[in-house]
Amino acid sequence: MPPLCSLPDDALLERLQRAALGYFVELMNPRNGLVPDTSRDNSPVSIAVVGFALSVYPLAVERGWMDRDEAVRRCLLALRFFRDSDQSGSPTATGYKGFYYHFLDIHQGRRVWQSELSMIDSALLIAGMLTAATWFQADNAAEAELRALADTLYRRVDWRWAQDDAGTIRQGWKPECGYLHYGWEGYSEAIVLYALALGSPTHPVSPECYAGWESTYQWENLYDQDFLYAGPLFVHQFSHAWLDLRGIRDGFMREKQSDYFENTRRAINVQRCYAELNPHEFAGYDRNCWGLSACDGPTDERPDVNNERRRLFGYAARGVPYGPDDGTLSPPAVLASVPFAPELALSALRNMLLRYPEVLDGDRLATSFNASLVDANGRPWVSGGQYGLDQGVIFMMIENHRSGGIWRTLRRCQPLVEGLRKAGFSGGWLDAPTAEAAA
Amino acid sequence: MSTKFDASVSTPVDAWERKRLAAVRPASWNNPAPAAPYQLVIIGAGPAGLAAAREAAALGLRVALVERHEIGGTCFNTGCVPSKALLRTAAVYAEMRDAARYGAEVPADIRVDFSAVMERLRRIRSHLTNTTSVRLLAASGVDVFFGSAQFSGPDSLTVNGQPLQFDKALIATGARPDIPDVPGLKQAGFLTNTTIFELAELPPRLLVIGGGPLGCELAQAFQRLGSRVTIVQKLPLFLEREERDAAQTLSDAFARDGIEVRLNTMAVAVRSEGDEKVVDLVSDDYHSTIRVDAILTGVGRLPNVQGLALEKAGVAYDDVAGIRVDDQLRTANPRIHAAGDVCLDEKYTDTAEESARVAIRNAVLGGCEKMSELVVPWCTYTDPEIAHVGMYVREANARGIPVKTFTVPMHQVDRAITDSEQGGFVKIHVRDGSDRILGATIVARDAGDMISQITLAMVAGVGMRTLAKVIHAYPTRTSAIRLAAKAYNQTRLSARVVARLKHWLARPR
Repeated sequence: MPPLCSLPDDALLERLQRAALGYFVELMNPRNGLVPDTSRDNSPVSIAVVGFALSVYPLAVERGWMDRDEAVRRCLLALRFFRDSDQSGSPTATGYKGFYYHFLDIHQGRRVWQSELSMIDSALLIAGMLTAATWFQADNAAEAELRALADTLYRRVDWRWAQDDAGTIRQGWKPECGYLHYGWEGYSEAIVLYALALGSPTHPVSPECYAGWESTYQWENLYDQDFLYAGPLFVHQFSHAWLDLRGIRDGFMREKQSDYFENTRRAINVQRCYAELNPHEFAGYDRNCWGLSACDGPTDERPDVNNERRRLFGYAARGVPYGPDDGTLSPPAVLASVPFAPELALSALRNMLLRYPEVLDGDRLATSFNASLVDANGRPWVSGGQYGLDQGVIFMMIENHRSGGIWRTLRRCQPLVEGLRKAGFSGGWLDAPTAEAAA
Repeated sequence: MSTKFDASVSTPVDAWERKRLAAVRPASWNNPAPAAPYQLVIIGAGPAGLAAAREAAALGLRVALVERHEIGGTCFNTGCVPSKALLRTAAVYAEMRDAARYGAEVPADIRVDFSAVMERLRRIRSHLTNTTSVRLLAASGVDVFFGSAQFSGPDSLTVNGQPLQFDKALIATGARPDIPDVPGLKQAGFLTNTTIFELAELPPRLLVIGGGPLGCELAQAFQRLGSRVTIVQKLPLFLEREERDAAQTLSDAFARDGIEVRLNTMAVAVRSEGDEKVVDLVSDDYHSTIRVDAILTGVGRLPNVQGLALEKAGVAYDDVAGIRVDDQLRTANPRIHAAGDVCLDEKYTDTAEESARVAIRNAVLGGCEKMSELVVPWCTYTDPEIAHVGMYVREANARGIPVKTFTVPMHQVDRAITDSEQGGFVKIHVRDGSDRILGATIVARDAGDMISQITLAMVAGVGMRTLAKVIHAYPTRTSAIRLAAKAYNQTRLSARVVARLKHWLARPR
């Protein structure tokens, strides 16, 4: 096969998207439909990655890369597993109150790593279930079961239970200590979480809940960009993987005369400015080499070129302009920017692939690299294996860029549409007279 | 015998300490015979009480000042003054160890002489008594009484049993350390801000419980002086009131200094084992135990309202919130005002002093000045410093005020780059759609000084457009403020304005 960089944009994206699908095809546990967090040995399952998988399968059918029956079979495996899973909330259960523990063992699907019952990761899982249920509309027993299961599992989630005293949604809960301390302060990837929670037919949170979250937002002018501030790039991307936020606005964005899609474009510009300024003088950073986001990273401390002991952060939500920043960049975060700023994202990605071909394993991108840390042969540190979240968001964002396929699907998902309306979103496709027209 | 790092420590009484004590609590002092009813009696001689006494004396009032312990209060004796002296020495050591960052050679043998550090602290504290002393107060016409004040009626009180009548009174008794209720803590012994500056030896391992301003400052200072410091904070970030990015910057700085940071963590039990203090910590479901030589706590503050017989004066109060006052600092007794830490949420020296001036003008000059109209900055003197003035974004949001923040990271500022100090930022919060400054947060090495420019602008009603015209000497860190103001100006240039400007510039001449 020709090297990726030599391909025109469409062919390049096709190869990367298909390689991302391969992650889910190859690594899913055929007994229960669960998908590991990473491709590394003994990786546990991340429930969010299962949500990405469920979103990827139908669009893989649309692309002709997977048989419809096979896609439905994969979805049913996962949905039946979650239906039958232990919801007692015990330390070794799978979930509680309709939510699920963040990390599960891939064989039994029970909690591992003493992980938290995660509201956001559960939301990404549910979003995946609804994507599959909305796309598979055939009138046959298997797809009817798929739709019914997704509906049951969505209705089972007790979003109200997850609200804190201030009304906003908590981040997590553990059987050992109850709710976690952390709350959602400031803009984050949680729009899809709030849309699901507001649109729930059974346990909806009140609209004030969303307003409470909005009240923690910070509208900033940074590097001459007016934008809703959040440091890591994935924050500006994840909800957009499912929700078509182009041209629709909530109260905050109406006041600022912007929208979340435009906001992500500006966040990309902020990333580029930061990489060009490169305050910590890391290797590789420039206006065409950026991408600070949540990703794996090196952990050993080593002296750097300026005699300053550099701190390395391992897996961390890297962000701009306040860090953490240890010289690690995430190519998947750059590629996932393609719907928002295609030319900038593809230019940066090609630049990275040319400079650091080690970030590719076949056609699949590593989660991160660090060009300031090189081995004896001058090769940069590269994270081993791949991460399911990266491959999921790569597939979905390329699909949204190429066809708008995920967005079009979920514009027909009534609970999500209702949730967006309750959050105060209006305009654009939301105001179209019928769902079909919107689609 | 091993060193005990707890409340039993006492300041070495050297020449500096003798000079300080002679100034702030002379052993030979005899309380004056009370004059006929005082026009003003002030209870408490901390920053608020002293500011009030000086203001009243300048007005020619017949004024009495009552102090239970030492004049100068927390700030002077056990707060800002000694802590800033300690922080400066700690910063020197930090720079020595970090010399390579500046292209300088790291000294081969960096040893901390803790007794020299503390002697300098005592010398500086003593030196400042040249401007803060009982003698100077008396010379300015203030009758200074040492002893415990107790109200005996709405217009009278006693000092150690001696009656004093007053037309007006000001309560400025300040606040004291708020000791957390941790089982075993009292038995094991601990330090507070009132005792830590009396240490003669550096504790090798120090646990700081509480991540407020003083806890953060002292944690960093002791780490830099050579203690191995662990700081526990029950919240997800330090400095509860400050902006998330500011608190995050501080967490990063602590990690660079080597402080062991335990956020979302509570100390739940303390016990002594030999000379060690063993502390159980809990963070959600993670339990751990650490062993230290000393514990610093009580970095929160509780108002001093006890023992004053406030009921007899008809003054309403709360054990936690302090004396209840209105916006003009009037208590429930029209003759009595309050000022400073005993009645305010903002427990800062500058706030205390200014509140005292407001109270005096309202009490004796018939003024109606309001605390809510003051523009009060504050600063946490960590490295980097974290300074704030005016509104936070969350406050503006809560009030429905549209707010936009102009942010300039210090890595955009030439002087910060030449100084290898690119961490931090200037954030100026503006009412969106106008150039009115609502507030600002600055994180930088000298943020406490830099914030004054914003304070001045807010007091003078100067907006971003004018700030953009202020020329700064080049290169200085304060130019970050002008950069923010210029960014504001840039946003005023809409596409339409730019198009018209281009058209005008391209016109035939």
